[in-house]
Amino acid sequence: MTIYTEIILDHFENPRNRGFIVNSTKSCHVSNPLCGDKINMAIKVDKEKVADIKFEGAGCAISTAAASMLTEYVKGRKVADLKKLNQKSMIKLLGIELGVNRIKCALLPLEALHKLI
Amino acid sequence: MIDSKKIKKDFPIFDSNPGLVYLDSTATSLKPHSVINKISEYYSKYSSNIFRGVYRISERATEEFEETREVVAKFIGAKSREEIVFTRNTTESINLVAYSLGRQVMREGDEILTTVMEHHSNFVPWQVLTSETGAIFKILDINDDGYLIGDLDRIITNKTKILALTYVSNVLSTINPVKEIIAKAKAINPEIITVVDAAQAVPHMEINVLDLDCDFLVFSSHKMLGPTGVGVLWGKYELLDRMFPFMYGGEMISEVYLDQTKFKKPPHKFEAGTPAIAEVIALKEAIKYLNRIGLQNIRAHEEDVVKYAIDRLGKAFGDKIRIIGPKDLNTRGGIIAFNFEDYHAHDVASILDEDNIAVRAGNHCAMPLHKKLGIAASLRASYYIYNGKEDVDILVSGLKKVQKLL
Ligand SMILES: Cc1ncc(COP(=O)(O)O)c(C=O)c1O
Repeated sequence: MTIYTEIILDHFENPRNRGFIVNSTKSCHVSNPLCGDKINMAIKVDKEKVADIKFEGAGCAISTAAASMLTEYVKGRKVADLKKLNQKSMIKLLGIELGVNRIKCALLPLEALHKLI
Repeated sequence: MIDSKKIKKDFPIFDSNPGLVYLDSTATSLKPHSVINKISEYYSKYSSNIFRGVYRISERATEEFEETREVVAKFIGAKSREEIVFTRNTTESINLVAYSLGRQVMREGDEILTTVMEHHSNFVPWQVLTSETGAIFKILDINDDGYLIGDLDRIITNKTKILALTYVSNVLSTINPVKEIIAKAKAINPEIITVVDAAQAVPHMEINVLDLDCDFLVFSSHKMLGPTGVGVLWGKYELLDRMFPFMYGGEMISEVYLDQTKFKKPPHKFEAGTPAIAEVIALKEAIKYLNRIGLQNIRAHEEDVVKYAIDRLGKAFGDKIRIIGPKDLNTRGGIIAFNFEDYHAHDVASILDEDNIAVRAGNHCAMPLHKKLGIAASLRASYYIYNGKEDVDILVSGLKKVQKLL
C-alpha cells in the first residue's frame, strides 16, 4: 500500500489555496524542526465562517498535500465546527494510512489551523 | 573478503523480513544469533544479580559480566579492565565525563573546543557545561569537502581544558585524523583533556586508545552488533580515579556511615545500581563476532561497497544526487549522506520503505552541521558487514522509482 496515491500526488504537485491573504483575520507559522518543514497559514473569517484560507511554505509531499486538502475542506465551513478536527479527521481526509513518524507531517497543517481558530 | 550474503544468514532479522535492505546501521546495527542467544542464556541459565550473591548462579553472572570488561579492554587496547566503565550508551558516557570531570576542572574563562560536525550528544553536554561555568565554547569548522579546518595553534590556548571530537562523522562519514589532532593539541597545551566520540569508529575499524593517546573514548554496544542499553566509557585510570562519581547508590560504595560514605575505585565508582546485566554479558559475543571477521576486513569491505555505491549513484543520477562529505575514500567510512534533486528527504525515505529499503531521513542529530551545509535534512544510507553490492543496486532502483513518482 502506497501513501503516494494519485490524489496525494495531485495535491502535492498542484496545491490548492497556496498564497497569502492581504486582509486576513489571523495568520500563523508552524514548523517541524526535525525535517525543516515550515507552513504559514492565514485565514479570513466572515460571519463565523471561513471566507478564505491560504498557506505558504516548504514541506514534504504529505504535509503539502495535507495543507492543500485541509484548506480546501475548511473553506466555507463554520469555524465552530472546525475545532473538532483531529488526527482521525486528517487520516480520513487524506485517505491513507500513516505510521507514527509520518503522521506528524499530516498534522502540521492541522496544528496551523487550530492556531487560527 | 567478506561474503555479505553468508553473513546475512547469521542475522535472524533477515528471516523474519525477507528482502529487507537495511541501510541504517549508523543509527543501530542488526544483531547476530550469538548475541541474541547469549541474552537468553543469561535469563534462562544464571539469571541473578551480580556482585551480591554468594551462590553459584550469581557468581557465574558476575564472572560473565566482568569477562566482558576484559574483552572490551583488549578490543580497544586499554591497559586494564579497570579503565572500562559500563554506561547506557555513548550519550551517557559523554554526559558522565562532562558532569564528573567537567564540573571539577572548568572555571570561568576556560574553554572547551569541539567541532561543527558533532552528533548532538557530543555537542550539547559541552555547550551546557560552558554556559553553566561561564566558560567559552569554541567550535572547529569544516570546509566544503567535509574536513576539519582551523589553525589549532591559534585556537587552542592554555585555557582550553577539554577537546571533544568525533572520530567518524555520522553524516559526513569523514574519518578525522584524531591521533594527529590530539598530538597537536597536547603539544600546544599538555594539560588538555581529550574526549573521543568513537560511536561510528569502533564498529568499523581497529582502535587502539594508547596509540591515539586520548584521555577518554566512548561508544555504544548497539552500533557494533551488541545489545541496546550498554555504552562504554574508557578513560585513563588516573583521571577516572580523580573524578567525582556520577550517580550515588548501591554497587558504587565501599562503606556507608551515618555521616559519610566511601566510594569504590573505578570502574565500579561509576556504576551505581543494577546495570544492564544480560546486555553487558552479550556485548562480548558481538566483539567475538567482529574479531572473527576481523576489523581490517570489515573496513576493506565497507570501502569496497561505498566505492561501488558512489560510482553507481553518480552514473545513475549524475548531479541530481549530491553526496555529502569527502570524495577521498581513504578518509570516509561506510556512510553516504545525500540530497536527491529537490525531493524532500522524508518522501524519498517513505517511497524506499515501500520496497523494504531502510534509510534514514532527517538531520541525524546533527543540526549545527546541517545548518552549516545549508540544508534542513538529508538522506543517509549506511553500509555494514551484512550489506553487499546487491543492496546498492536495489537502492538505485528504489531511487529511480522515486524519480518516476514525484
Ligand atoms: C557519532 C555519534 N555519536 C554519538 C551517538 C549517540 O549514540 P547513542 O544514541 O547510542 O548514545 C551517535 C548515534 O547516532 C553517533 O553517531
